[in-house]
Amino acid sequence: MEDMILYDRLQFAFTITFHYIFPQLTMGLSLIIVFFKWKFLRSQVEKYNNAAKFFMKIFAINFTMGVITGIPMEFQFGTNWAKFSELTGGIIGQTLAMEGLFSFFLESSFLVLFIFGEKLMGQKLHFVTALLVFIGSWASGYFILATNAWMQHPVGYEILENGKYVLENFSALFSNPWLLPAFLHNQMGSLVTSSFVVASIGAFYLLGKSNVEYGKLFLKTGVIFGLISSLLVAFPTGDWNAKNVAKYQPASFAAMEGIFETEHAGAEIILIGQPNMVEKRLDNKIAVPNILSFLTYQDWNKQIMGMDKFPEEEIPTNVPGLYYSYHIMVGLGTIFIAIMSLAVFFLWRGRLYNFNPLLWSIMFLAPFAYIANITGWYVAELGRQPYLVYGLLKTADGISPTVSSGNTLFTLLGFVGLYFLLGVLFLILVGKTIYEGPKPEPHPQTH
Amino acid sequence: MEVFWYSIIAVILAMFFILDGYDFGAGIIHLFFAKTEKDKEVIAKSAGLFWDSNEVWLVAGGGMLFMAFPTFYASVFSGFYLPLIIVLWLIIFRAIGLEFRSQFKFPMWRAIWDKSFGISSLLLALFFGMALGNVVRGVNLGGVENGISQYESQYFFLPLWNSSFSPLSETPGVIDWFTIIIGLISVLTLAIHGANWIILKTNSTINARLKSVVFYSNIGLLMLTILSLSVWQTINPNALDNFMSKPYLMVFPLLYFTGLIGLFFIKKIKKDLYPFLLSTLLILGGITSSLASLFPVILPSTNSINESLTIYNTVTSAYGLSVAFYWAIVGIILIVIYFIIQKRMMAGKIDNMDYGH
Ligand code: HDD
Ligand code: HEM
Ligand code: HEM
Repeated sequence: MEDMILYDRLQFAFTITFHYIFPQLTMGLSLIIVFFKWKFLRSQVEKYNNAAKFFMKIFAINFTMGVITGIPMEFQFGTNWAKFSELTGGIIGQTLAMEGLFSFFLESSFLVLFIFGEKLMGQKLHFVTALLVFIGSWASGYFILATNAWMQHPVGYEILENGKYVLENFSALFSNPWLLPAFLHNQMGSLVTSSFVVASIGAFYLLGKSNVEYGKLFLKTGVIFGLISSLLVAFPTGDWNAKNVAKYQPASFAAMEGIFETEHAGAEIILIGQPNMVEKRLDNKIAVPNILSFLTYQDWNKQIMGMDKFPEEEIPTNVPGLYYSYHIMVGLGTIFIAIMSLAVFFLWRGRLYNFNPLLWSIMFLAPFAYIANITGWYVAELGRQPYLVYGLLKTADGISPTVSSGNTLFTLLGFVGLYFLLGVLFLILVGKTIYEGPKPEPHPQTH
Repeated sequence: MEVFWYSIIAVILAMFFILDGYDFGAGIIHLFFAKTEKDKEVIAKSAGLFWDSNEVWLVAGGGMLFMAFPTFYASVFSGFYLPLIIVLWLIIFRAIGLEFRSQFKFPMWRAIWDKSFGISSLLLALFFGMALGNVVRGVNLGGVENGISQYESQYFFLPLWNSSFSPLSETPGVIDWFTIIIGLISVLTLAIHGANWIILKTNSTINARLKSVVFYSNIGLLMLTILSLSVWQTINPNALDNFMSKPYLMVFPLLYFTGLIGLFFIKKIKKDLYPFLLSTLLILGGITSSLASLFPVILPSTNSINESLTIYNTVTSAYGLSVAFYWAIVGIILIVIYFIIQKRMMAGKIDNMDYGH
């Protein structure tokens, strides 16, 4: 039984983490492509159109990977979490089915037209297809976050005698107080990733002295989008999420902030320290007094409950994982703002394009955006433990009753092997596209 | 409401088999009949442009099944755990085969991805047919052993096969001689459908040969169909009851046989669209007849202790179904619009198309 839960959780965590590498780029990148296409329509400068088409190639590779890793996600609810699906399918099935109907169809139908239809339909319509792809991808983020929001903070449900949760109020799913902050924060996070990738490719071209004209364009666009989104991801959206966690999942809040003991007045904010679960304290702590109370409640002296105030079974099962994930995300967010501000400042002074130290750091920043997004999800998902649906259903009660742990281990290993292969292929293809650069291609190809 | 949702989901899944079916079929044809690089490229492209939008029907159908009949979704997906995960892996191999073959020009690279596309298409067609066979045959619900249920009555777990490979055994496996027959029917049907698609969408040099491929496959299909019908009665004595009591259901098998017989005249048919429409009827008729024979059961129980799953004992609440009714109508209208736009923009033979590069 214990093995079973462990393998199921590992499989879900592994496959979703891998899946999320792709949408977090595509959701933001589709916006940047719309931007380039729009610049082209306004200015008729060919450069912008080539930029849009170049990023569409990168988009297409990511999209394919997103689709093929997304299909297993959709099925895993049934294969590995059958009890959960049976009990809550009437509710989370709504948002998942809407995602299929309203966003995947939109995105996939118009992506083909965007990639192959430029000559067939003229520039204005081509811009419209780019816009529809963008809307489709954000809609899919919205519906999946609506699903997740219900698991984090269930609303609008009713419990039947046989223990099933069924829908009582449809609109509550979308007015869920958890949803809007999570959606906006998540979309800004994905814009961070994509603008950092754009900037990073730009820096790569400038440092490598190839495609210099495009390098400048990408770098400029990337750092401007990058600064805006890095600011928005921290404030107001990140802050808003933190307040939500403090309000609706107070035990997770204590764990992610690393507060073991409640202090009478004003909680300190922890910058560095290692949770010591045996002695229930932080080792090597560096903290600033009263800041956390202020950030959360705009009151320097408001009390914040520590983990000592909650019963053992309410406290998240993996406190160190939660605490580190949170601190990595917030720490990286702070670094992002610093580097992007510096970059925009140098851009404004006209010195960014040949200031190599900054170009190098921008080039290597992109992977950290992925890390920030993924650790962000670990905060959300580890914070929800030990519940699968917060306050209602324990994770251990959601697994499939008939699948043995040997089977799950087998499929987990299979996914690890297969995704390793996918990862290698993905890197080769993206690397090739970046290396070839944004030149108009001579031969038509299936993407 | 249950019947409405059942029909909607059935239509969506049938759409999936019709649309993604032709690219599975294209894969099978690609594996066995495409010889020159030019043909390989054209066939891969005739599938590669569309597989992604076709596969969305599967995702949407799965999502709606989850919403409307959660107990069925949970039972079937966990019960067929291994075959389903293998299907997911095959879907991945097929997609990367299609998407990656054209990325590099080395012959070896292309050979690998061509095989990946072809073999996984073939296996998927086989697995989907076997899945249908399993649903028609039924499973050991509740995992009954010696008269005692091992699990709650709506759950089961099927091994890939058991030692006798017999559909009549107490504890059938996923693969037995009955489901293999249905799997082969599926392979032939989709190969025919894929060949017709290639004839419709391309000017490849093997089009003329494909017509005889369709003709001979059709003979095989006819024989397998007769075989499966004759053993079906022994496996499920009530198989034909629904058709006896509600004769209008006979339209579904009629569709199937219209398609089947029509395709024998393939060499005389001049318009490239008609064979494709005939194989569409074939698929539509095959799926709807199987479902109609079971209705309202969606998963028969092979033991007498636990009752079969029906649309009534697996459905979610009435409120959920009725709100979903409204958004589903809107969604379906939108999908039809996208579908028409896409098919009109991409109409015609793909090798004549100007891709705008
Ligand atoms: C580039 C990525 C990125 C960056 C720099 C940040 N975040 Fe974040 N964060 C995410 C990307 C992200 C995410 C991946 O998008 C999450 C996961 C779930 C969600 O809705 O957004 C998330 C979740 C998340 C949560 C958890 C919500 C929950 O438990 O469900 C909180 C409290 C914050 N964030 C707060 C912040 C703060 C105060 C930041 C200050 C800089 C911050 N995040 C930077
Ligand atoms: C891409 C972002 C996501 C990441 C990185 C992520 C990560 C994780 C991780 C690490 C776990 C394991 C938690 C544990 O075992 O302690 C998990 C579990 C799970 N997540 Fe997520 N998750 C993401 C998005 C989602 C979404 C959008 C949903 C809902 C639609 C979801 C549903 C689940 C479920 C059902 C489980 C299994 C039950 C559990 O362990 O709680 N996840 N996820
Ligand atoms: C358990 C959770 C999840 C499930 C079941 C899931 C399911 C899927 C499926 C089935 C696809 C393929 C769609 C197609 O066929 O076109 C897909 C792609 C996609 N998913 Fe997920 N997904 C999950 C998590 C997420 C998360 C957390 C996000 C972002 C917030 C996300 C955003 C997307 C996007 C934007 C796409 C489009 C393809 C792409 O751009 O890569 N998904 N997902």
